[in-house]
This record gives sequence, structure tokens and C-alpha cells, in this order.
Amino acid sequence: MSAVDIARAVKDKTSSAIEATEAALARIARHDAVLNSFTDVTAERARAKARAVDAAIAAGRDPGPLAGVPFAVKNLFDVKGLPTRAGSKINRDLPAAARDATVVERLEAAGAVLVGALNMGEYAYDFTGENIHDGPSRNPHDPTRMTGGSSGGSGSAVGGALVPLALGSDTNGSIRVPSSFCGVFGLKPTYGRLSRARSFPFVFSLDHVGPLARSVGDLALAYDAMQGPDAEDAACATRPAEPVSGLLDQDIGDLRIAVAGDYFQKNVFPEATEAVGRVAKALGVSRTVEIPEAARARAAAYVISTCEGASLHLDRLRTRPEDFDPAVRDRLIAGAMIPAPMVDRAQKFRRWYRSRVAELFKSVDIILAPATPCVAPRLGQVNFVLDGVEMPVRANIGLHTQPISFIGLPVVAVPVPLEPMPIGVQIIAPPWREDIALRVAAALERAGVVAAPPPKGI
Amino acid sequence: MAEDSLDDYIDAASKLLKLPVEEAWKPAVRANLEVSMRLARVVDEFGFPDEAEPASVFTA
Repeated sequence: MSAVDIARAVKDKTSSAIEATEAALARIARHDAVLNSFTDVTAERARAKARAVDAAIAAGRDPGPLAGVPFAVKNLFDVKGLPTRAGSKINRDLPAAARDATVVERLEAAGAVLVGALNMGEYAYDFTGENIHDGPSRNPHDPTRMTGGSSGGSGSAVGGALVPLALGSDTNGSIRVPSSFCGVFGLKPTYGRLSRARSFPFVFSLDHVGPLARSVGDLALAYDAMQGPDAEDAACATRPAEPVSGLLDQDIGDLRIAVAGDYFQKNVFPEATEAVGRVAKALGVSRTVEIPEAARARAAAYVISTCEGASLHLDRLRTRPEDFDPAVRDRLIAGAMIPAPMVDRAQKFRRWYRSRVAELFKSVDIILAPATPCVAPRLGQVNFVLDGVEMPVRANIGLHTQPISFIGLPVVAVPVPLEPMPIGVQIIAPPWREDIALRVAAALERAGVVAAPPPKGI
Repeated sequence: MAEDSLDDYIDAASKLLKLPVEEAWKPAVRANLEVSMRLARVVDEFGFPDEAEPASVFTA
């Protein structure tokens, strides 16, 4: 059942929050041995919350728009009572979190029920969903394949229909990549739209949080519940909530939509071209626009990420280097050694690039681009061959997501259910216009062009 | 940068940052630094005017 359907049934008393919660816990118990998407199942907490939601309804109180909806969060979000491991071994030694992350609090205030924390790539520096400490999360459509990272458990749990809703974070593509590989909808909102308070950081300049779901309606419902200022995240915008759930049926005929050309049509496998083509055709789009200097934007995002990541972890690199995933450690050490002017220049380029893309958005409302260059690779796969050239998988999965999150643009990743594996398309909007990206996603969903396919690997 | 001089740079930066790099990690650190610096050069070559301001305070 979708989050929208669960909340309706719980409010109508045709079902209950405890029933929805027990059903989710049963699915997790049955399927997660294969998917390995959960690192913690908070069953007792979930049952207590569900009973409270049911009691509120029995007492005639409004339980909120997400009444009884089970959800789970990437394990970099604080969950009261758990150490926030952020995919690492080192953070397991932290004291248990004293309070939930802001977005967890807001979802539960809207009636949702947290059922657990989800597997992720170490410290979010990952595009594969593999984790050396917890084992890889596995793709719900083929468990021999990657989930995508770093919110791999979020993609796996939602793609596997264990929960209708999960939270992830996205610095360079970590919501959009697992959404693409696992065949679900993902929203990376505008930078500063959703509070990151009490989530473990990676790159302050580029970190975003957002939801993954199996339908656009569910994505919007969760997004609306989480919006609003939060003084506890210095980057969180002060603008008031701008709810979108009621707008999804609006006509999109007035929107100017184009496909991203040049950079975004290179380094792609045929399935990515096919997916963008299907979406463009359904929307009647033939126009192409060029996002200027996208390759340099990706390079600058890479430089800022590795440098800020290194700064974040510098003390741990000094004191506990052997407890990192060696691949993450060696990348971070290299990041610590980048000369400072290079990083300053990357931030200068960021401002220039933002202003150029803002110019572009004067003549277009929505830009379409691949979410990933390929469908989910095999677990452990190191290279793929593209146009006869062997390329490393890890470094290239985020080629098409990085130039977009670099300047904080809102994106809905929509799943195109190709066979045998789904793949995502990015619907990119100007800053603060999540509403139009979600409206386009909803129109595509109504047309049957995009959908979260039922899991066939479990 | 020649391999030897990049190794020398890693050794010097390791000391300067008080960031130990074991011999066994060096090839991977160097490979990562080569990738990072290749991408940093792409940015470096952009040609910045003196007036260019960083996005260190970023609003979308």
C-alpha cells in the first residue's frame, strides 16, 4: 500500500497504525535477509508510536497526514537511542543519540511511524551502496546488483516495498542514484529547503536530505511534512513551507521543458538514452538545451567534496585510520592534500556557474537528464566498457547528478521501468520550484511512463 | 607532476598535516590524488577574473 492509502485507511479506521506497522515489520523480517537494507529495526519504538496514533484517532484527534505510515531512515540521521553510525565502524562508539533528527521528528509529528535505520556507504562517500562493515544492501530487482549509493538501504527498502517511504541524503547524487538503480522516486530538494539538523554531515556546501518513495503522491506528502525553517541547520532557508501535495494534478501544458544536451548525452549506456527518450516523448519535448560548463561543474563538485570530507574526518584519519573502509580512507587522505587555492577556485566557479544556469532558467522551466549512465551494475563490479573505453564504475556513476546538486537545484528522480532493470531520469527545476518538478513527475506517472516496478528479486 | 615528486609531496603534506600515511596505502593515495588534481586543474584553468567571489555563503 502507498503512504497515501495507508494514511487514509488508518484515518478512516478501515485499518490501523499498528496493523500497518506490524505488516512492515513482517516484510522486513521476511525479506531483509536478502536485501540487507536495515541496520537497525526499531520494532518496540514503532509499536509504541503506532499505538499512540491509533489512540489519537480513537480520541477524535487529527493524527496527521501520514497517520500510521511506516518509514525508515538512512543511518546518518539521528534516531534517539542509537549511535548514528553513518555507515562507519568508528561512529558505533559514539554515545546513543539523545534526540531524533529534525526531519524524523517532523515525519512522526505528522503521524508517521519510524521502523528502523538503513544501510549506507561509509560516511556517505559512495555511489555503490556497498559497505565493508555491514555488507552491501542489495537491489530488490536483482540481488546480485548494486543498490547505488550512498543511500543504498533507502533505495533497497523502498524498491523492495518493505516500507513505502524512506529518507536519504544527497551530496553528489546519493538520493538520485539509488532511486535510479532501485526503481523508485526520489526528491533531492533545493539546497537549504529541508533541515539537516542532527544528521551526520559529509560536505557542508553540498549536503541535502530528502525522501524516496514508490509514488509521486507519497514523495510530496513526506516532503510537505518536513518543510519549514530550522535554526539548528545553518544552511536551512528561512522561507516558509510551500506545500505541493495539492498541486500535483495541475496541468503542465504551460511549462517549457527541454532535454539537457551535450555533456548529459555523453558517457551514457543505451538504457539511459532510452529512458530520457521515453520521458521526453511522453512530454512532447523535442527541444535541447546546453547546461554550460557541466563537466567543470562536476570537477568542482568533486574537489569541494573530497576537501570538505577530508576536513570533516581529519582527526579520525589521524587517530583511527585502520577503522575506515580503506577505499574511503585513501580518498579522504588525498582530499586533505589538495592545495587550498584549488578549493577556493572551485567555490568561485560555483558562483559563476549558478548565475549562468539561472540565466538558462529564464528560457526553460524544466530540464530532463539521465540520473545514472547505466542500470545497476553487479555488486563488486569495478569497471564498465562504454564506447569501447574501459571506465571505473564508482567514479562515473555520478557524472550526471553532480553538476546539478553542485548548485542546489531541486530534482525529482523518476523511475522508468525498463526490462530487466529500471533506470531513473532527473526532472530538474530552478531553485525553490520543487512544485513544478513534482507536477511533471505526477503527469508522467499518470501517463504510465514512470512507475516503481514491483520487486522481482525477493 | 612526475611520480617521484608527487610521492615527495605526499610525504611532505603528511608531515605538515600530521596525517600518517603508511607505505602500503601510498599507491592508492597517490592514485586518488592524481584524479583529484586532474579535476582540480580543470577548475583551475577556467580563467577567473579578480572580482570572482566564492560561493562560501551559498543560497540556492
